[in-house]
Amino acid sequence: MSRLFPRADEVYAGPDEAGFFGPYGGRYVPETVMPALLELTAAFEEAASDPVFQQDLDNLLVDYVGRVTPLYPAHRLAEAVGLGTVFLKREDLCHTGAHKINNCLGQCLLAKRMGKKRIIAETGAGQHGVATATAAALMGLECAVFMGVEDIRRQSLNVYKMRLLGAKVVPVDEGTGTLADAVTAALRHWVERVEDTFYVLGSAVGPHPYPLMVRDFQSVIGLEIIDQLLARGVSRVDAVVACVGGGSNAVGTFYPFVLAPDMFGGPELVGAEAAGLGVDSGQTGASMAKGRPGVMHGFYSYLLQDETGNPLEAYSISAGLDYPGVGPEHAHFRDEGLVRYEPVTDSEAVAAFDLLCKTEGIIPAIESSHALALLPALAEKYGPAGTVVVTLSGRGDKDIDIVREAGLS
Amino acid sequence: MTVSSDAFGEARWVGRATPVKPGHDGMNASARSDRLERVFAKGRPALIAYLMAGYPDRDGSLQAMRVVARAGADLIEVGVPYTDQLADGPVIVNASARAREAAGGSFGLVETLEVVADFIGKRQGDSPAIALMCYLNPLMSMGFERAAQLIADAGAEGVIIPDLPPDMADDWLRAAEGRLDTVFLAAPTSTDARLDLVGEASSGFVYCVSTTGITGERETLPLGLSDTVARVKAHTSLPVAVGFGVSSAGQAAEVARIADGVVVGSAFVKRQADPAELEALVAEVASAVHSAGRA
Repeated sequence: MSRLFPRADEVYAGPDEAGFFGPYGGRYVPETVMPALLELTAAFEEAASDPVFQQDLDNLLVDYVGRVTPLYPAHRLAEAVGLGTVFLKREDLCHTGAHKINNCLGQCLLAKRMGKKRIIAETGAGQHGVATATAAALMGLECAVFMGVEDIRRQSLNVYKMRLLGAKVVPVDEGTGTLADAVTAALRHWVERVEDTFYVLGSAVGPHPYPLMVRDFQSVIGLEIIDQLLARGVSRVDAVVACVGGGSNAVGTFYPFVLAPDMFGGPELVGAEAAGLGVDSGQTGASMAKGRPGVMHGFYSYLLQDETGNPLEAYSISAGLDYPGVGPEHAHFRDEGLVRYEPVTDSEAVAAFDLLCKTEGIIPAIESSHALALLPALAEKYGPAGTVVVTLSGRGDKDIDIVREAGLS
Repeated sequence: MTVSSDAFGEARWVGRATPVKPGHDGMNASARSDRLERVFAKGRPALIAYLMAGYPDRDGSLQAMRVVARAGADLIEVGVPYTDQLADGPVIVNASARAREAAGGSFGLVETLEVVADFIGKRQGDSPAIALMCYLNPLMSMGFERAAQLIADAGAEGVIIPDLPPDMADDWLRAAEGRLDTVFLAAPTSTDARLDLVGEASSGFVYCVSTTGITGERETLPLGLSDTVARVKAHTSLPVAVGFGVSSAGQAAEVARIADGVVVGSAFVKRQADPAELEALVAEVASAVHSAGRA
């Protein structure tokens, strides 16, 4: 394969040695885990430059995950929203039903390489928990997943799946019992068991090197999209869209495009963040629209917080997007004007969910539905000849009860 | 097409920035101040008592400060209520939540400093020094300059920021310089190179975390604690205080034999709403610490 990308430092640089993307990122953690983060950074750098590690991971992605995932031209959806072409990057077809597995396999391979026997993870919607439990089962690692009690209620199917896969689900009954509380609990546990435990973080958040590592493991999404567009002879793309909670599928989608800004006519990159009941409703997860920079969970980025610096509880219909922060590289993308971030409400996401079911026979995750919900606005902007790529990050089986509650039939 | 390892490998590694050395400019942090260090200059080990500001309510926490002062604490570490306490165990997390509730939902840095100023305004003679234990974001949210100024104005002499390691601390140290001591944490997991960093960046004393994990009472002190303390002391000329998991007079005395100071938190916070019980425990622990023979 020919080299796809120009040298990046001419185009885009980041992160630096301490994990900063511009001003965002870093390692704001208790000293106890600093040595572990430094060890992890070194191990990741070393593994990533080892062709054997690379090959092991690639083999798993092909043989186990089922990659390459299709880039599907959704004609009826395109027609319904008034665009020329909509390509769906079908991460929902990955083993376990979402993109999360790409990162979990990478991190668990790394854990094994580092000689760690225990894996912990946090989960919101349960997708990352299931993916981690899956990778841990595959590699014979002991696994515990921290999950908020409210999310356990909303996502009982995934809780059961994790148990079937041999993982222990640890209920977190603090705060709102959602994703942010699960991250805090997992970090606390890691502080305690740092010597023999590997923390598999599921989103592009947390202290360095997690945002970098997650981005690199998820970049397979954007790289495949580029290969697939080229193979189809597509010369122009107007926009590439992904949903953003912490931002792992989005950074994996966007990063290769950021490195190659001239390909396909330089598409606009658009992230859909969860507005919940509306950005000004007080019930929102839109950290870009309503947050200001601050530190939570070990990194500096846009954060929903009160006037005195206490992180606020985020809200979204989607358990995977109700996180008060956002990955530091996204904050940097935003400030640099590389990606535009748009809030999407619960009801817009539910409508998009319905539309994809009815036009394409695909049941999307409610998270991914936030990305789909931007299509009408993009159709207005780019017209009936416009071409848009949407990363469909996961499938929606887990969300059936939620959309039923929201009134879909 | 398979997963294009070429493209994958290429794209993953070309995106790196030119390495930038984290800008630790060796600011005058190890220069001696007469702020917190004097706490350790009494010829005996020091007792550092952690209390949560605003718990059980504003006046209750002020009273608790007076009680522990009277009962013999040498330094009071005042916790600022916060909603995401990464380093703390259940007793302190609950006290923080109760403090916020008692104040109608919001009790933070400003309110904590009002309590501190009240305490200092009426303290007598040989009263303990005050250091703040505050997570990073409330300081950042206020702005480091203003936060450092307000903390110093309230009469506190130092700050402990549990989620700020020394390699991330340049901006804070710049704001605190000349106004406040900044105490960094050393952990059993810290490498020698990191202990150097902690020692260089700290002023007042170094806070040695006894064990990996969060704050809270434990039945026994960790094995190897004296080795940990010895390692920390080998990397700094500052006094070294040990905290996390020290709750009884017996444990405190044991720690006092190997360290310059002992921090007791959860065991005191648990009794913070009951002044009589608090005073009895602090007095017992203080006497055990102060009379511990040095090895």
